[in-house]
Amino acid sequence: MSEQLLAQLINGLLIGCMYSLIAVGLTMIWGVMNIVNFAHADFLMIGMFTSFWLYTLYGVDPLLSIPVCGVLLFLLGWIIYKFVVSKVMTGPALAQVVVTFGVSIFIANAAVFLWSPDFRMIEKPLLQGSWIMGPVRLSIPKAVASIGSIAITLALFLFLRKTKTGKAILAVEMNRSSALLMGINTERVNALSFAIGSSLVGIAGAFLSMYYYIYPQVGGTFGLLSFCIVALGGFGSIEGAFIAGILIGIVQTLGGYYFDPAYKYAIVFALYLVTVWIRPQGLMGW
Amino acid sequence: MHGKRSRNLSFALALLLSLSLTSAGVAADQEIKIGAAYPLSGAIASTGLDCLHGAELAVDIINGKYPDLNLPLAKSEGLPNLGGAKLKLVVADTKGEPRNGQAEAERLVTQEKVVAMIGAYQSSVTKTASQATERLKIPYVCSDSSSPTLTERGLKYFFRVSPHDAIFARDQLQFLKDLEKAKGQKITTIAALYENTEFGSNVGKQILKLAPEFGYKVVADISYAANATDVTSEVGRLINAKPDVLMHASYITDAILFTKTYKEMGFNPKGIMTFAGYIEPGYLPAVKGDGNYMVVRSTFALDLAKNKPLVAKVNALFKKKYGIDMSENAARSFTAPFVLADAINRAKTTEAEAVVKALLATNIPGDQVIYPWKGIQFDPQSHQNIHARGILVQIQNQNYVTVWPFESAAADVIWPFPAWKTRK
Repeated sequence: MSEQLLAQLINGLLIGCMYSLIAVGLTMIWGVMNIVNFAHADFLMIGMFTSFWLYTLYGVDPLLSIPVCGVLLFLLGWIIYKFVVSKVMTGPALAQVVVTFGVSIFIANAAVFLWSPDFRMIEKPLLQGSWIMGPVRLSIPKAVASIGSIAITLALFLFLRKTKTGKAILAVEMNRSSALLMGINTERVNALSFAIGSSLVGIAGAFLSMYYYIYPQVGGTFGLLSFCIVALGGFGSIEGAFIAGILIGIVQTLGGYYFDPAYKYAIVFALYLVTVWIRPQGLMGW
Repeated sequence: MHGKRSRNLSFALALLLSLSLTSAGVAADQEIKIGAAYPLSGAIASTGLDCLHGAELAVDIINGKYPDLNLPLAKSEGLPNLGGAKLKLVVADTKGEPRNGQAEAERLVTQEKVVAMIGAYQSSVTKTASQATERLKIPYVCSDSSSPTLTERGLKYFFRVSPHDAIFARDQLQFLKDLEKAKGQKITTIAALYENTEFGSNVGKQILKLAPEFGYKVVADISYAANATDVTSEVGRLINAKPDVLMHASYITDAILFTKTYKEMGFNPKGIMTFAGYIEPGYLPAVKGDGNYMVVRSTFALDLAKNKPLVAKVNALFKKKYGIDMSENAARSFTAPFVLADAINRAKTTEAEAVVKALLATNIPGDQVIYPWKGIQFDPQSHQNIHARGILVQIQNQNYVTVWPFESAAADVIWPFPAWKTRK
């Protein structure tokens, strides 16, 4: 029994790290712009498909696709911000909500049209198989993806704290008008945050493509969970999203194992409800 | 004033009456509109498209002239008793959501004026869609949803051609019994694993009910959410329960995820018996060799062509049109249009009551269906096809081959499954 406990705990941690990386991008966009990016899950899907096509057409291993996905989604995020999102930033609040929703529907349908709704899988990635350590089998691609997620989140954290651009982003997040008065180009910060947020989820997509199946609607549950994680961690808090992601991964696996798998998402969302009831601003929000 | 109003009213009534009269009969060379609702976007869009292809091919065959096909209405163009009227599918996308099933059925009937419905694939969606058509008094012939409850509701306008999960579950347990007898295998414990919507939970219910009747002990009863991103906790529970045989009712995404997780966590029962997801055309391309040995319930397999040349002929047409072999989904959805067309043709009208009466009198012989059945005849109470039965196929070298009933098997079943670590 305790062997399974350890195995479940580790698996929860691994999937949790993945959730974290996905949610960190989302929370960053929210923190800076007060916009919920409904297309976030679709960006994840684009990251996964990019990795898949690079592998299928050019034999590039998903490990090497990680930077490509990062850069590509950075550019895509920038373009979508410049040509779509920025246009409604000064418009009514509802328009801001609806615009990313529209982008989401567009991307999802374009993906079905271009790539068909079929399921794909990267057949022989460089990293595969499991480390068997006593009773615990640790999936190598999952482990590497999790370590990668932690590293990327840490890098983002340092970027925001140590660089001038990063500090500018944080300043806008804290108080947009004051930041503007201090001479920060808030428009550029907006674009940059949207692009970085997209880039992060693109990288998550590349990691995920090492072991997960790929199809146009793959983002669905990941997207839903990342909204929950962002709210649980505190809107706009990167540390919060990171911790909440791991927490939810563990709660989901252990809850499913000990309680009932049918309710594992119910447990996750109950945890979320209880948290916002006690602390409406989320774990690390302010 | 009063007189004018009553005149207007009587005029409206007359208009209504004449409209209802014209819609009751079908003039020659008119199109007969059939509503086809399938999940064409969303998580199982690939499945929905596959089903739709099956139905489309059937309509092609009914509308065209295929003298060498022994299928209802294949040899003539259109419906001869209605002056050669042709069928036309009006397609709707349910997105796999029950609420859309209802809304789309209502739209098809009230706005597109379809005279009958087919499809929906997911049992939960078929359920709401057929409730809508029942209210609107429109016949619904389903050949692709397998929840037993669909034909337990006492609906007047709903008919099912294909077998349901109580039949399938019984088949699977019977297979285990036959296996014990024929191969000297000892099986005592079973784990039931099923997704928690209409389809899965009903299969689960059937397994839990029937297993003790066959003398098997259920050591794990696990329901789960089909949209899960991770199923390690489910597989962890299975590993702890150590069943001889796992019975798994899933859709496709969860089938893929579970297969990967079985391998990753080293879950090695003697055999895995599965429903639905494992036979969808998207499954094998996604999991490749990891899908080997899975035993799946089915109504159709291409190797049935051995005893039934019709299967090969239909598959050739399918392949010509869509470039791939006919899958089980396409093959299941293929039959509903024939049943409907046959009934409408015999009724000589598209008027609902007459079509229902004709459907009840349906008697399509076994040699005119592409499955190993005695034919199609509906139970007068439940409207379930009394001849529907399942077969079992096993994935061998990444191909689906018929392994049960043993007398129509194309290959021997491989049992017990080799452990994951011994596989190449």
